[in-house]
Amino acid sequence: MEGIERILLEQPLFRGLEARIGALIAGCARNVRFRSGEEIFREADPADEFYLLRQGRVALEIIEAGRAPARFSTLGPGAILGASWLVPPYRWTFDARALEPIRAIGIDARCLRAKCEADHDLGYELLKRVAAALIQRLHATRLQMLDVYGNRPA
Amino acid sequence: MRILKLRPAAQHALAMSVPPIGLKAVITPQGLQSLVGELSARGYTVIGPTVREGAIVYEEVTGVEALPRGWTDRQDAASYRLERRSDSALFGYAVGPHSWKRFLHPPVERLWQMGREAPFVDPPPASPKFAFLGVRPCELHAIAIQDRVLLGGAYRDAGYERRRRESVIIAVNCSEAGGTCFCVSMGSGPSVERGFDLALTELIREPHEFLVQTGSALGEELLAWIPQREAEPEDVAAAVAVSAATASRMGRTLETEGLKALLQDNPEHPRWDDVAQRCLTCGNCTMVCPTCFCTTVEDHTDLAAGLAVRERKWDSCFTLEFSYVHGGSVRKQARSRYRQWMTHKLANWIDQFGTSGCVGCGRCITWCPAAIDITAEAAAIRATAPARQVGVDGRD
Amino acid sequence: MSAAVGSDPLVPQPYRVTRALRETADTVTLDLEPHRGEVPQFAPGQFNMLYAFGVGEIAISLSGDPADRKRFIHTVRAVGAVSSAIAAMPAGSTVGLRGPFGVAWPLAVAEGADVLLIAGGLGLAPLRPAIHQLIVQRERFRRIIVLVGMRRPEEILYRTQLEQWREQAGIEIEVTVDRSDPAWRGHVGVVPSLIPGLGLDGAATSALICGPEIMMRFTANALRECGVAVERTYVSMERSMKCAVGSCGHCQFGPYFVCKDGPVMRLDRIARLLALREI
Repeated sequence: MEGIERILLEQPLFRGLEARIGALIAGCARNVRFRSGEEIFREADPADEFYLLRQGRVALEIIEAGRAPARFSTLGPGAILGASWLVPPYRWTFDARALEPIRAIGIDARCLRAKCEADHDLGYELLKRVAAALIQRLHATRLQMLDVYGNRPA
Repeated sequence: MRILKLRPAAQHALAMSVPPIGLKAVITPQGLQSLVGELSARGYTVIGPTVREGAIVYEEVTGVEALPRGWTDRQDAASYRLERRSDSALFGYAVGPHSWKRFLHPPVERLWQMGREAPFVDPPPASPKFAFLGVRPCELHAIAIQDRVLLGGAYRDAGYERRRRESVIIAVNCSEAGGTCFCVSMGSGPSVERGFDLALTELIREPHEFLVQTGSALGEELLAWIPQREAEPEDVAAAVAVSAATASRMGRTLETEGLKALLQDNPEHPRWDDVAQRCLTCGNCTMVCPTCFCTTVEDHTDLAAGLAVRERKWDSCFTLEFSYVHGGSVRKQARSRYRQWMTHKLANWIDQFGTSGCVGCGRCITWCPAAIDITAEAAAIRATAPARQVGVDGRD
Repeated sequence: MSAAVGSDPLVPQPYRVTRALRETADTVTLDLEPHRGEVPQFAPGQFNMLYAFGVGEIAISLSGDPADRKRFIHTVRAVGAVSSAIAAMPAGSTVGLRGPFGVAWPLAVAEGADVLLIAGGLGLAPLRPAIHQLIVQRERFRRIIVLVGMRRPEEILYRTQLEQWREQAGIEIEVTVDRSDPAWRGHVGVVPSLIPGLGLDGAATSALICGPEIMMRFTANALRECGVAVERTYVSMERSMKCAVGSCGHCQFGPYFVCKDGPVMRLDRIARLLALREI
């Protein structure tokens, strides 16, 4: 497990993390790969594993009957893929598809949630960091929503 | 852009460099009449103060008889009326709603006219040469300020330059301080220093005379045509006393120390909301202010004749359209527009042109229908502003 | 910053539309050649006042190659009466032009280091001349990075040229769109989200940003978080423009006249103003 712990602590999300906490998280982590074009997760599936992207880009999409999938975000190296694993009902909200060959760290969400219940220091440290990443994404999403390049009325 | 440091109020430099105050003489009202005659003979349109519809305005005058002999003005916030004096002073009042900018930087000016096929530019209609009779010290400073705005940058306004070059200035030192005057606070009066051709100080006693000082070669030349006597030390002393007395009776004061930082540092001061409750955004202040220079352009077409004309007109930052960009106006609220005007006049102007934009003439106070007083607003902000923080963007 | 020698900067000169290229549903790029003489020299970031006879005048950034002395190129979006009239002008028609005016992108300050250009929507138009000039002087800079944000893939301005530059010119170009369908193989998301992935050497980077004000603010924040100094970040401001020579007062932004102290402005000087409402 030493190798994955080291890789984990190199991720932007976990930079500066205390070794003890890092080891706990690493215990739920594994290396994963996806092929270009492969579906990583699908809307409504159980959010059992989330990912820290190391290489390659992933597209987030939402499907609508009769229309091509609407792609509203692409994520690249350093990004955390998946947020719905954190909150009930622990099911994916969108589709994620690999746009390129992907190397990532997969983290078992059930494993990590259980450890967080048992060890609140781990829980707080994890949530602090995930919250920061999600808030940044929320801000970016709001900017995206403003459609500033569109022809906006006064 | 360079951010220019605030100069001491007493050192307002004027754009046109002229020799310092020179020869002195004493003339009578008849002498003044012959000065007007000489100017007319030389082809000048003499503009001077005259009473019209209850105010003293600037219009063409043909002689001394048109001047407001024996009149004075009572001015306060939102209040102006004329009153009879007990003497026959010709210049015994402060300033009215007009300023000399209506002649030098006119309210409407045709910039060009062109045809669709072969654009041509008509030369601008020739404007008369002006002789301004009765220019007050604050007004001289205002003219110098507009010189800096319209001639001091990379672009020089050709029309303004020509009108300015061709005009003669007969200044008058004030013997009355108006109820809204604060030229002493702004270092712009109540006596002239430079930028004129001749300067008069009215000595209202028996005999009724004027001390005349020359300020230019043209002034000296004009003075040679006027019947005069030599100025005695008593005459000079009397003139100095007139100015000193006027200086001691200012209707208002404006504390200028730290004023620039005060306004630029407090864009969210609650006083702006307070004044916005009263301000009608009518723009009177910008129309009567002798330094306000903002204009807009209007394109008119006579499509049948295939002609397009562009006119430049006075504009006011108080209008909603003034700050319009695609999507809407930047300054939608009255609060923002009043803040813009006052901050520009007393603070931003210093960054832009090196001096305050205000000369303390008091017109904006007198002619505001809501009785808003720029000196009171500045004092109110000063009284309740938080302590200054270190500037973060190199403004000072 | 002068108009054609001998011409009054207040009087429009006649220019012929030699080409009108439709870019998107509401955006057109016009090539303009003077009826007489050469085009004046311009610097990237400057703008002209374009006059539609009988309609009015608007400020439009120059978006062509400064080395091209035959023509001015302007990309115009139809949003009001004047811009719609100009955008509708066919080849052969005449438009009035005054300029060029304004402060240019300070490319020289980035020499020897990295330069990052960030364009949002039509903001790419005033940055394109800078890209031309940077490519000509390629050896004077280390990394040249261009980030472009557009609404949708079909609305990407100068798309073919961007792809050519990416292939041939040795500069890094990343394009992102706000929304797309899977036919688009590139980034989807806002422009600031591309910045962390660049691996910037913040201390050695100068940034030029142009786009809607909201986008410029968000982008500036993201740059600061990557260590790019505000003293080396430049934005292009927009305000109501009438005379373009600093004497009508309309374009004031705090103490600055956008027409002559801008439109390109250094961020540290105006950061405080950008945060104020209705200033």
